[in-house]
Amino acid sequence: MQNSEESNEYKSAVKNLSFYYGTFNALKNIDMVLHDKKITALIGPSGCGKSTFLRCFNRMHDLYPGNRYEGDIILYPDNVNILQPKVDPIEVRMRISMVFQKPNPFPKSIYENVAYGLRVRGIKQRAILDEKIEDALRNAALWDEVKDRLNDLAFNLSGGQQQRLCIARALATDPEILLFDEPTSALDPIATASIEELIADLKDKVTILIVTHNMQQAARVSDYTAYMYLGELIEFDETDTIFIKPKNKQTEDYITGRFG
Amino acid sequence: MRDVNNLNKLRKIIGRHKRWDLLFMITGIIALMIAILTFIALFSQMLIDGMPRLSWDFFTSFPSRRPEAAGILSAWVGTTLVMLVTAVSAVPLGIGAGVYLEEYAPKNLFTEIIEINVTNLAGVPSIIYGLLALGLFVYQLGFGQSILAAGLALALLILPVVIVATREAIRAIPIAIREGAYALGATKWQTVSDHLLPYSSAGILTGIIIGLARAIGETAPIITIGALTFIAFLPPPPITEEFPYISFEWLTAPFTVMPIQMFNWVSRPEEAFQLNAAAAGLVLVVMTLTMNGLAIYLRYRMRKNIKW
Repeated sequence: MQNSEESNEYKSAVKNLSFYYGTFNALKNIDMVLHDKKITALIGPSGCGKSTFLRCFNRMHDLYPGNRYEGDIILYPDNVNILQPKVDPIEVRMRISMVFQKPNPFPKSIYENVAYGLRVRGIKQRAILDEKIEDALRNAALWDEVKDRLNDLAFNLSGGQQQRLCIARALATDPEILLFDEPTSALDPIATASIEELIADLKDKVTILIVTHNMQQAARVSDYTAYMYLGELIEFDETDTIFIKPKNKQTEDYITGRFG
Repeated sequence: MRDVNNLNKLRKIIGRHKRWDLLFMITGIIALMIAILTFIALFSQMLIDGMPRLSWDFFTSFPSRRPEAAGILSAWVGTTLVMLVTAVSAVPLGIGAGVYLEEYAPKNLFTEIIEINVTNLAGVPSIIYGLLALGLFVYQLGFGQSILAAGLALALLILPVVIVATREAIRAIPIAIREGAYALGATKWQTVSDHLLPYSSAGILTGIIIGLARAIGETAPIITIGALTFIAFLPPPPITEEFPYISFEWLTAPFTVMPIQMFNWVSRPEEAFQLNAAAAGLVLVVMTLTMNGLAIYLRYRMRKNIKW
């Protein structure tokens, strides 16, 4: 694939990645890149490994016993392989944020939810927290709705607002990559539209990798799309190419709805 | 289409099945009534006997040979101090063990054996804990027949309750919340102290109170380690007049507790002492019910504020 000299346009490169849940081989020899400040979508039928793949990027699998990575996920510009055991998963998670499938705010105030990532990074001064939290909430298109009730419990927000709060929480720490794991699957169509709009707006600031089971969503928001099936990467290309003239027959069948 | 004959047959079958419903319902109600009525009968008998004895003097008098002058001062002070020792030792140990088993311990044969043991410990007869405390605390460690030894014995007794309550409260927190904390770069300890413990605190507190409510009525282990049945003085006060103003002498003082005071009175031949026993029993039941009520209230509060 690419050399690391031309890695300026890449934020990350996945090289020969395999992943095992115990003895089950969930990901098989994946090679892919993440273009810097672009949106990459992962699509494929249920159980194809797209969420598993996404969760390799912040070493989420390290939380559970019996999981094993093989291969590399190189992060640029510093060329570090974040899957190496000697790389602390906490350091990886501080560089790469994640938004989950179901909104998962903490049962704390709106303010404290966004502040948590900053507090973990040792930021204590109220002025800095205030500023960063306002920035994050503005970037997540939530500021105007919550600025007068920052001390309200986050659970009192609607589902769509909660998910934008989780996006603000992930943005507050200036991540290098933002991971989205089917961020709209628990939301209604109107909330979905607002989240999609938000994701599209965010790509100037951060590299985005998004898992979605919704092909239209991938087509609408992403610049690059990867189609996965049974743990393998079948095809990876610009989104337009994947959706208009895919090279692989399997991809075409899935896109056109003949399969999956 | 179904003809009318068929329909009648169907109704007969349904009617026959419903008779079992009715039968079971009646059996259930009878069983429930036996349990409730027994408690009401016991409690009202105690109320009738004990109520006239309840007065300010009853709480501020030491036991006496004259039943009308006898009170429960040394007993309720003893119970309070023993419960204090029990809570102070069982709470940190129980929560620590629960958090460790739930969040830190690797899942292997060794931890599995520990887990099974912890659950089974809750079912060990309390007198066994009394024997253990007699050997370990009273003789081996030389605490004597003291408040400290009794408090620690009861702490052992309720430790499994606190551990199990802690684990269940933590387990009730959705995985998404844990992963949310880890995904922001939190360490295990930050996840535990900033999220898991605060969110499970009401459940843990409920478990602690239920454990203490059990301990407060325990008699067997306290008798085993040799609490006095007749005691007419109070332990030394924890706050003193001269430096350092705090004294732990009370920990090693001899003591009695409410159930033992009751036991002492019940075993006297005089009728008047039976009334004293009923009055002390009433106080003990109210103490226990208050604690259980508090636990129910906390559980209700928790469910209201945190909905996953």
